[in-house]
Amino acid sequence: MESKRENRRLIALLTPGTLFLGIFFLGPLGMMIVFSFLEPGLYGGVEWNFYHWNYGRILGWADGEWEEFDPVYVEIFLRSARLAFTNVTITLLICYPAAFWVSGLSARWRTFVVFIVTLPFFVSMVVRLFCWVLILRPSGFLNIALLGLGLISEPIDIIYTETAVLIGMAYIMLPFMFLPLYASIEKLDYSLIEASSDLGAKPYQTFFRVILPATLPGIAAGAVLVFIPSLGNFIVPDLLGGAKVLMIGNLVEQQFLSARNWPFGAALSVMIMLVMFTLIVLYLRRIGRSELAR
Amino acid sequence: MIEKTSEFIAEVKQAVKQFPAPEGGVITALDGISLEIQQSQFVTLLGPSGCGKTTLLRAISGFEDLDSGEIRIAGELVTGVAPYRRPVNTVFQNYALFPHISVSGNVGYGLEVTGVPRGERERRVGEALERVGLSGFGLRKPNQLSGGQQQRVALARAIINQPKLLLLDEPLSALDRNLRQSMQIELKNLQHDLGICFLFVTHDQEEALTMSDQVVVLNQGRIEQIGSPEALYHQPTSRFVAEFIGDGALFKGTITNTFENPILVTDDGQELPVGVGPSVGASATLIIRPEQLDIAKENADDSVGILDVVLEQSFFQGATNKYVCQLPNGVSVSAVPTGAGNAAFRRVSPGDRVRLAYDRNEPRVIIQTADGK
Repeated sequence: MESKRENRRLIALLTPGTLFLGIFFLGPLGMMIVFSFLEPGLYGGVEWNFYHWNYGRILGWADGEWEEFDPVYVEIFLRSARLAFTNVTITLLICYPAAFWVSGLSARWRTFVVFIVTLPFFVSMVVRLFCWVLILRPSGFLNIALLGLGLISEPIDIIYTETAVLIGMAYIMLPFMFLPLYASIEKLDYSLIEASSDLGAKPYQTFFRVILPATLPGIAAGAVLVFIPSLGNFIVPDLLGGAKVLMIGNLVEQQFLSARNWPFGAALSVMIMLVMFTLIVLYLRRIGRSELAR
Repeated sequence: MIEKTSEFIAEVKQAVKQFPAPEGGVITALDGISLEIQQSQFVTLLGPSGCGKTTLLRAISGFEDLDSGEIRIAGELVTGVAPYRRPVNTVFQNYALFPHISVSGNVGYGLEVTGVPRGERERRVGEALERVGLSGFGLRKPNQLSGGQQQRVALARAIINQPKLLLLDEPLSALDRNLRQSMQIELKNLQHDLGICFLFVTHDQEEALTMSDQVVVLNQGRIEQIGSPEALYHQPTSRFVAEFIGDGALFKGTITNTFENPILVTDDGQELPVGVGPSVGASATLIIRPEQLDIAKENADDSVGILDVVLEQSFFQGATNKYVCQLPNGVSVSAVPTGAGNAAFRRVSPGDRVRLAYDRNEPRVIIQTADGK
């Protein structure tokens, strides 16, 4: 009796969320996968014919009659992955020491700093990125400051380069790396560090043998949270990369909004999803294993 | 050149350590502590929480720097020497086992980081695990062990580097009573077998008395008394030690003389005979331990002191009974008589008046010093 009532309550609690996710998350996802195998309509939309050339264009079996294979798509894909990976590295290098520093502060300051880290979310990303345009452009604050200090004699071209995109991406993604890292570093048991040192481990040994393994879940979570949005991001390269740094996100955006080739955009999106899905499975298996070991 | 080796494994000189208090001001954790620890001894730092015992231990292991004073380990000054360079190892209060490493990995950690080759490492890990009775547990993870087993792993891990001094920071406090008592015996045996010095921190006086060769009683950052468990129990030098170690009734008063025999007159006028020794006029405290009290014989002479009490409650304790009684002024005293006294006491029921006697030469008298200790 009791368990039946429990079950009914569980169903009642789970149904709304399940329905919502089923309709508004899985629905569009399924639609996208289906569209990626359909023929593009002449003025957008789709023709309901099976059509695998969308993938052929990306991966290389398009014959050139209707669609043409172009290695540039794979190149853009690889570049996006490289930028996203670089971004993970940059944010990790910034946030790891920062999280350590914050975890050492008094409780009051810790709360304050975590609040400060989340503060940028209150302002639109586009507005924040335009600030970076103002900073990085040839007549921007950065160049004014460097010229004023006499460090350079003429403005440096930083905006509309990969560097600018990386700066913007790192800026946008910092909180996503910081928060999970901070969560795992704050939980770190300092007596483990003391025990390691007590047993004769030099500081670098303590770091690699105790601190790093103990904070690995945080690093992995931060890396996934930064890598995925970085890979698909199109606003940062749009505003700070100009036409020079095209990322896979921009390509998808163009296919849907400008070229109005929905099936091809969908095929590109499915490719991104596959890569991310693989990464997440790897991540979960890795974390799952270390959780089991715990 | 002066020979550097010392008969002491550790020496602490005038150690001072202060911490900022959360509400402002400073907390003096160590207030000029000087201590010498001999080789191959089981030494316990005993005191209430906040007495500085853990701070002293951490200063020796290197996790706290002293504000002033110095520490020598095996004759070597260790000021500014990092923990990983000190020839001491610690068993932590919460064990601090590495959760991601197997039991063998934990135990062998100290050998691994100091570059001991694999073969020797495995042999010594095996030996250490056998010594603590955990052979065959090497492949498990720490969280797959019980609290007592984790405790043993922590112990094996700490002794594998053959430290000159093993520091133990309240390692038994998380264990249940039975396990704690068997671990006390095991620790004592282990210390005896290894022949290295154990410096053990606890707030549990029973634990300290059971295991130690020497007990250092700390209070508010100062050493109250250093001595063997017997000395601390029978000859406490301060009221604090008398109260902290063992049970007993304390009577505060002034020493006066009647018929050549000194007596202690308590502040509320009770007259208690004491042994010869303290000078007349001194303010003093008399400590009467429960086992020093017995039912008074009919014709007691003046070699005994008498307490007129009312029995409140008796408690069965196995081999003995404990009788909690009340003095006319409301103060309670406990008696744990043995043999005939116990038999006589059993006929007394709660609420009855009893005359308790003690040999005037047995209880300890502490003379008050000028600083009011």
